[in-house]
Amino acid sequence: MKMPVPDSGVIARRRAIVEALRAIVPGEGVIVDEAELRAYECDGLTAYRQLPLVAVLPSTVDQVSRILKTCQEMGVKVVPRGAGTSLSGGALPLADGVLLGMGKFKRILDIDYANRCAVVQPGVTNLGISNAVAGEGFYYAPDPSSQIACTIGGNVAENSGGVHCLKYGLTTNNLLGVELVLMDGTIVRLGGKHLEAGGYDLLGIVTGSEGLLGIVTEVTVRILRKPATARAVLIGFPSSEQGGDCVAAIIAAGIIPGGMEMMDRPAIHAAEAFVHAGYPLDVEALLIVELDGPAAEVDHLIGRVAAIAADKGAVCTRVSNSEEERLAFWAGRKAAFPAVGRISPDYYCMDGTIPRKALPQVLTRMTELSARYGLRVANVFHAGDGNLHPLILYDANQPGELERAESFGNDILRLCVEVGGVLTGEHGVGVEKRDLMTDQFDAADLEQQQRLKCAFDPDGLLNPGKVFPTLHRCAELGRLHVHQGELRFPDIPRF
Amino acid sequence: MTITTLKPDTDAQLADAVRWALSAGESLEVLGSGSRRGLGRPVRTTHALDLSALSGIVAYEPEELVLTARAGTPMALILPLLAERAQHLAFEPPEGGTLGGVIACGLAGPRRISAGSARDHALGMAGVSGRGEAYKGGGKVVKNVTGYDLPKLMAGSFGTLTAFTELTVKVLPAPEDTATLLLFGLDDVAAVGVLDRALRSPYDVSGAAHLPDGLAARSTVSALARAGGAVTLVRLEGFGPSVAARVAALREELRADVVLDAPESRAVWREIRDVGCLGGVGDGGGSGAGPGPLPNPPPPSAGEGADLYARLTPSPAPAGEGWGGGQGGQGGDTPHLWKLSVPPASGPSVVAAIRRTLAVEAFYDWGGGLVWLTAPPDSVAAIRRAVGAQGHATLIRAPDEVRAVTAVFQPPPDPLMALTRRVKDSFDPKGVLNPGRLYAGV
Ligand SMILES: Cc1cc2nc3c(=O)[nH]c(=O)nc-3n(C[C@H](O)[C@H](O)[C@H](O)COP(=O)(O)OP(=O)(O)OC[C@H]3O[C@@H](n4cnc5c(N)ncnc54)[C@H](O)[C@@H]3O)c2cc1C
Ligand SMILES: Cc1cc2nc3c(=O)[nH]c(=O)nc-3n(C[C@H](O)[C@H](O)[C@H](O)COP(=O)(O)OP(=O)(O)OC[C@H]3O[C@@H](n4cnc5c(N)ncnc54)[C@H](O)[C@@H]3O)c2cc1C
Repeated sequence: MKMPVPDSGVIARRRAIVEALRAIVPGEGVIVDEAELRAYECDGLTAYRQLPLVAVLPSTVDQVSRILKTCQEMGVKVVPRGAGTSLSGGALPLADGVLLGMGKFKRILDIDYANRCAVVQPGVTNLGISNAVAGEGFYYAPDPSSQIACTIGGNVAENSGGVHCLKYGLTTNNLLGVELVLMDGTIVRLGGKHLEAGGYDLLGIVTGSEGLLGIVTEVTVRILRKPATARAVLIGFPSSEQGGDCVAAIIAAGIIPGGMEMMDRPAIHAAEAFVHAGYPLDVEALLIVELDGPAAEVDHLIGRVAAIAADKGAVCTRVSNSEEERLAFWAGRKAAFPAVGRISPDYYCMDGTIPRKALPQVLTRMTELSARYGLRVANVFHAGDGNLHPLILYDANQPGELERAESFGNDILRLCVEVGGVLTGEHGVGVEKRDLMTDQFDAADLEQQQRLKCAFDPDGLLNPGKVFPTLHRCAELGRLHVHQGELRFPDIPRF
Repeated sequence: MTITTLKPDTDAQLADAVRWALSAGESLEVLGSGSRRGLGRPVRTTHALDLSALSGIVAYEPEELVLTARAGTPMALILPLLAERAQHLAFEPPEGGTLGGVIACGLAGPRRISAGSARDHALGMAGVSGRGEAYKGGGKVVKNVTGYDLPKLMAGSFGTLTAFTELTVKVLPAPEDTATLLLFGLDDVAAVGVLDRALRSPYDVSGAAHLPDGLAARSTVSALARAGGAVTLVRLEGFGPSVAARVAALREELRADVVLDAPESRAVWREIRDVGCLGGVGDGGGSGAGPGPLPNPPPPSAGEGADLYARLTPSPAPAGEGWGGGQGGQGGDTPHLWKLSVPPASGPSVVAAIRRTLAVEAFYDWGGGLVWLTAPPDSVAAIRRAVGAQGHATLIRAPDEVRAVTAVFQPPPDPLMALTRRVKDSFDPKGVLNPGRLYAGV
């Protein structure tokens, strides 16, 4: 993975840059000490590490605005960072760039039940929002597994999901507004407390833009009333085909479960060995279907799901009859990553989405690839929306294994695209999948996306080297190639 | 001036047409089926680009929850197809026009509060930009964060960024059953308070509207027409046993007066979606200079639905028929229709502020967050002042000559307007596609 060549001229001006930042953020808010900078050298994709030129931790929107303006004037790159849990290297620092940490923006500004929303600063954690409104029986729906640590600003930048997003949507479906600072220091507000923002849906573009369009300095999220009840069904199948068929049949029956997760044999065994959730060990696929909502609805649907499962050849079906039992069903799934961590020194978590019907084909090909690369793979799967999380097991201490794991991972993601899916369902492109973007998109597609970036950041200073495999100057991208009078479109019907 | 309409049969022809316009310095009015040309800022172009020939279902996979169709596919084809598999577009779009038009207008009905808007269901797109280049964005699966979420930007872009050729949308199971609780005689503030309680309840409310005194009487549903005053409505949808249980619980909690059964419930929410009690959003008809409006396709479902639709258009509007902008020259003092998007709890106070200077008729949807109102001409300033910075107001229905000189869409503050222009330029640097439809000069 190649990052843009650091600009030695910028590195040479480090002292002046630090001084300029100190004039904006006094005291300990500007970090230059190498040992302290280590804390920022990577995000959740730990294979990639880089010390930033300098880190700055502003605490006001005005400071953010002045930092960006100053950096733009000095031609210095900026990498935004929330909690650093990104799994795609989105927050990976640049040697010639300022790392802008949003960790001091930790306040919940306004909880407005009458408008069913909360206004928070971007450094508030995902779970922090739900906790703040739990007393009134509300919560913030998107629930990434990293929710204790990850920030809402990072969630906006990555358009994060969670196990409940089939029914409740990703971050983008649960946002009402943001305040955004552009690279030139301009502050804009997109949306607000009203449901429908006017004009172009820039909020929709900023969500999932991986820190390339602006710094999010305030977020207004929708909050929902907690479902009255939740019950889960644990279903085992002798084959993944049958598991997949069952998922399709549940959806065809008009049921959108709160959560619908699938695990394959290696994942089931690893999880069971770790937490003793009581999972059946003689099945190839295990499905957890959670129904949530009013009790009458949940009771009704539990029966229908169990009947569908029986029809699709389930060899074991257990329905939770208490909250403890429901949590026990989930315990294994929630611990799947650390469980796999116990059976292998390292693992690499992938994140592609496929049309669900391609599941058997994809799993078969993955088994072949696993043999070819000599690396084991365990699969957990957001089955409802086709979002696969293959965990590739490897040992970083064995020379070449990391590279093999990465090649294996790339092949899996190409396979996802080949069967009609996409490179990433929730973790983002970052640096990790950057060079695979050409597998999913044509040059024209990527150029149009980059032109859009130019509208926000014409000098390309915000988080460069992420998402797009090739960097172009905005002037070059904007050039129009039309020839006067060239086309007379003789064939187009006209009236 | 006569307008030539170009009607490409293929994507390649569409790209040719845009490239020709670029090279010749011409501009194009982008039309789905042209069903609602009399809405938005009128576009002054020499040519129209009719995309209705780019029509047809590409792929419909109910179990994958996705539908891919050519952008010019009539909604009248899509909705019955989904209904056959007990699915629907959950954002409750209007039944006319094309899929491209629905996405381009970013429309949503009463279920906006629980299911989101067109933007939340737009998964993938392909089209030709104002640069004459074919490109695609998004994907064809329900969960995707690869690259910028261009389908969202396309939703509500009113044909000013890209002429769509193909769209992929999320489809969802349609509710098996539905019922609506009615409360009679509440004033606006009390009504929005009740809607707030309903929306804060754990009963998954999917419609929350209030028709003040006088407006409910115009309904075709007898329980409303005969209510003799204001009617507040709360909709519950889902599986039969679930709806029954929630209706019972919420009826008790809100002390609702009446429960509408499924057919009446569907009829009343269709009226609310289509703004029936204020005369409908109008079907426009363009400037009169063009080829004239193409006929609105008939509503999909036969029987009860079609029947109701017929009764609604023209609807029992206060000033009779002839509301569309297409009747361009009609009387100068006919009320104009406005759509206000505000924080739900502020709906009544915004309307009260407007009422201090203007005689308006208004009703609320989205728990108070969507206000439809008719106001006399020349009310722009007063309405926008009342809305302030907490939302925005769009002029939906008014004669062409009024919309031509009015900021139909509320202009954003300067820095956001500058960004908006740059976004437009990044897709359409020469202003070939629908110049001025959204804002003057954009
Ligand atoms: C154990 C584990 C489990 C996970 N599970 C899930 C899961 O279930 N679902 C899921 O979707 N993700 C998951 N993730 C990924 C990750 O947690 C999310 O992507 C999260 O949203 C990142 O938030 P963060 O605050 O850590 O952001 P960071 O990692 O710091 O940054 C992520 C990106 O956002 C940008 N950014 C951060 N803050 C801002 C801001 N204020 N303004 C502009 N740009 C900003 C950064 O530049 C970077 O590109 C998981 C990660 C881990 C480690
Ligand atoms: C400003 C405005 C507000 C409206 N508000 C409402 C409302 O609140 N409720 C309601 O029921 N109806 C509303 N409508 C009407 C709506 O246009 C129609 O209901 C229908 O969805 C569009 O029908 P159509 O396909 O014939 O598109 P047209 O009427 O031909 O076009 C509608 C808009 O979509 C664009 N468009 C159409 N097809 C494409 C395409 N393939 N690619 C790119 N752009 C395209 C057009 O340029 C135009 O701006 C509104 C329309 C406008 C313009």
